[in-house]
Amino acid sequence: MKHLIIIGNGIAGITTARHVRQQDSTVRITVISAESDHFYSRTALMYIYMGHMTYAHTKPYEDGFWTKNRIDLLRGYVEQVDTSGKRIRLADGQWLNYDVLVLATGSVSTTFDWPGLSASGVQGLYGLPDLERMEQFTQNIDRAVVVGGGLIGVELAEMLRSRHIGVTMLVRDPHYWSSTLPAEEGKLVGRHLLRHGVDLRLETELKEIQARPDAADPSGRVRAVVTNTGEEISCQFVGLGIGVTPNVAFLKNSGVELGKGILVNEYFETNVADVYAIGDCNEFRQPILGTDGALRKPIEQIWYTGRMHGETLARTLCGSRTAYRPGVFFNSAKFFDIEYQTYGTLNAQLTDDEQTYYWEHPSGEQCLRINYRTTDQSVVGIHALGIRLRQAVCDRWIQDRTPFPNVVSQLRQADFNPEFSESFTDQLTGHAPARSPDRRKGWFHRLFSATH
Amino acid sequence: MRTTGQRIGLTAFLIGFALFVAILPLSRYVLTDKVLSETIQKEQLEDVRMATASMQGNVYASSFSFVGDYRAAIAQLNEGFKRRNENNRLVQDYAFPVTKAASTGFFPDNSGLFFWLILVLCVGGAFLYILPEPRTLPGIKNNGIYQDPATNRGWIGVVVCGFLIGFYVLLYFFPEYMTNWVLLFDPLSQLLNGGPASQWFVYGTLYTLVILVMGVRMLIKYRHSRYQQFRTLSVMFFQTVFAFLIPELLAFFHQPAQDLKNMWPLDYSFYFDYRIDEKIKAGTFGIFLLVWGTALWLLGVPILTYFFGKRWYCSWVCGCGGLAETLGDPYRQLSDKRLGAWKLERIVVHSVLVFAVVMTVLVLYTYWSGQPSVLGFLDSYGIRSAYGSAIGAVFAGVLGTGFYPVFGSRVWCRFGCPLAAYLGLVQRFKSRFRITTNGGQCISCGNCSTYCEMGIDVRWYAQRGQDVVRSSCVGCGICSAVCPRGVLNLENDSTTSRRTDPGPIVLGNNSFRIQQ
Repeated sequence: MKHLIIIGNGIAGITTARHVRQQDSTVRITVISAESDHFYSRTALMYIYMGHMTYAHTKPYEDGFWTKNRIDLLRGYVEQVDTSGKRIRLADGQWLNYDVLVLATGSVSTTFDWPGLSASGVQGLYGLPDLERMEQFTQNIDRAVVVGGGLIGVELAEMLRSRHIGVTMLVRDPHYWSSTLPAEEGKLVGRHLLRHGVDLRLETELKEIQARPDAADPSGRVRAVVTNTGEEISCQFVGLGIGVTPNVAFLKNSGVELGKGILVNEYFETNVADVYAIGDCNEFRQPILGTDGALRKPIEQIWYTGRMHGETLARTLCGSRTAYRPGVFFNSAKFFDIEYQTYGTLNAQLTDDEQTYYWEHPSGEQCLRINYRTTDQSVVGIHALGIRLRQAVCDRWIQDRTPFPNVVSQLRQADFNPEFSESFTDQLTGHAPARSPDRRKGWFHRLFSATH
Repeated sequence: MRTTGQRIGLTAFLIGFALFVAILPLSRYVLTDKVLSETIQKEQLEDVRMATASMQGNVYASSFSFVGDYRAAIAQLNEGFKRRNENNRLVQDYAFPVTKAASTGFFPDNSGLFFWLILVLCVGGAFLYILPEPRTLPGIKNNGIYQDPATNRGWIGVVVCGFLIGFYVLLYFFPEYMTNWVLLFDPLSQLLNGGPASQWFVYGTLYTLVILVMGVRMLIKYRHSRYQQFRTLSVMFFQTVFAFLIPELLAFFHQPAQDLKNMWPLDYSFYFDYRIDEKIKAGTFGIFLLVWGTALWLLGVPILTYFFGKRWYCSWVCGCGGLAETLGDPYRQLSDKRLGAWKLERIVVHSVLVFAVVMTVLVLYTYWSGQPSVLGFLDSYGIRSAYGSAIGAVFAGVLGTGFYPVFGSRVWCRFGCPLAAYLGLVQRFKSRFRITTNGGQCISCGNCSTYCEMGIDVRWYAQRGQDVVRSSCVGCGICSAVCPRGVLNLENDSTTSRRTDPGPIVLGNNSFRIQQ
């Protein structure tokens, strides 16, 4: 391998570049991006809009890092991949030859064929251009509609509320994020959204977007949406948060086999030799199993899986062919002020062999759920809202198939809340941990004692 | 979005603040016999009276012309003494007390009225602005920080910076031009320590007031976090009781005034001859102060830092830290996170520590031996005064606090404080404290690094799954608070469990299991 070209400078592509460089000091590495000169953290887009940070803060490495590590950054849009000639063509007509090509092109926001979709002020939130547009189209407006009850939807709502813009949120399902959250959690988040002034419309879908065309803007600025109930909601901005789709349109005639994403095996190999795909844009042909035996989704659009893909592929590229074999699933999010962490498999609907334990704080803003197998009581999934859990401990419990009663009695080990926080483990009614000599005795005791 | 009450509060504060600035040139100055006899030592009174005879009875409209004439007269007098080799008769600089005592006119006659007016407008206005905050939901409140010219190095920040620098330059180098401010505080000083106010009393009072008012703001802003609340209450308590009330009361009872929580080498003059003598003269209590102050840095620092990290001092007790955590909170994000800044920090802060130690050793050598000069060329008096003005005044005051709105709130603590350097060495090499990162949950968003007042690139550790073990970390806990994914936690545990190499946590393959 003399020249490695990576298309995409997101977490997956950049992780590959860094880890290849760590193991191979001679290979020429070129990272191409149409979006930004440098790697930045896409997850922090919302914080730029909200004024918590500037774009510069979202860059995890200083600009000099890339020269120092001889990773060439190229700004450009790849229009064509010629796999037979092992070369790619940029939008400016330039051809680049590669020995190995890594596709890490990420996603695009999902849309449906709604009437009026092309109106200005209608957009998703995925990259820097989206942020710029959002900045432009939310100046001096008083109402926006957010479509979609998922992670991007709630981010959009939080961003808009930070600027005191009224938000109506259309959610297709009977409660928030019902594909992932059981009803209690969905309702908990729903209540929190209401407290933050979000006008949450459950079981409501977008039917049509209405615009006001004029001479300057023929497709017109959005002025209202119409829902499936026939209601017209006037607004000056529509945020689409119904998910993302692999960004693979430019590969249509490249000979690289596509499904929804770029089809790969567990080594991230596509059907074409020396072409690999990682991160949001790939799709596994065969289901991938985690080390806990749980099935992973064929398309994983999560920050840390992009990182894991990149790190695993770098090992393969540097000579030790390594299969992707992820550990116990985990993820996290934040819904306005409520943090969410999940470990293992926590189905929104219990399977036949599953039982559930659910605890909710009287304040209604914190909860913990543990799902376990009926057959051997072993824990399959844990998640929490408003409570921080220690990943190493949850991971071990699930990996080792620890029985539910043991998990409850050792729950303190998973407490990752800041010092002096209210001790939630004592409040798990009906499952209060048995008193043991090393049990936490309060903040004073805790100051002096080992925490795990 | 501000409420009407908040707008009224802001207006009241700005009026009070404008009034505070406006009173500076409001006095007239008349040098009388009474002024001189109140301020000048008896044996020099006659000399000074003769020298300043031409000034007597003149009404000066500004302190500049008054101080100018007075200094010229004294310089001429001293010139004469020098020519006649009568160095024992040289008159030291009385400009500050003389100017203060010579103040006359509407302002000095009504300073009590101004004191209450400014106090009520500023403090009342500030509270009107701060107290409505609980109408919003508890949680992280960083919206708009980088869009606000007060907190993004915009024009408001620059104006505030200009005022703070001006204030510190006046305080440390030209107190004779801020006598009107000192006059405001005379009654309070009489009440607390039985004497007239000095510029240091003004500074101490304002400092405490600012920590209390901005502490309330902090308590409300972080009302969802008990760690932040306890920590803020702690710095408010130590500033009010230990740094302000106890020393004033000690002075009232004619004991050596000492801040019992301040310690060498931050309190760099602790071993200066006059302070040792003062304590020895005070008998048993004085000796206690000497032993206490020594035990604090000799035993307190290593023991407490071993158990809790340097945070026990820097963000729970220290006065400089107290100001940084309250007044400085709106500016914490402005610290420099670049690698170059870290390199500079390590060189500079440890150099200051070495400077402080060498200076103190020389001063003590002079104290025991009576020799001002060591090895023929090191003059302990010269070195101590160089330290006092370069480090004590310029670095800690002008640079450290004056530049809050530009360089962030911990410039002194990070680059200059010798005690922080010493605490940091213990924390780095022998402490149970660390910031644990939670496996692979980090999304590299950068909130932690942005809001680290010490300029630590926390994200660099978090995204590698590595514990943050850094000598500079003051344990304020804000990185943990602003993290949207619950990745960071301040913990004390056995010293061997601090993970200072990258944890192979992210791959998840069997050979790369999460490290327990």
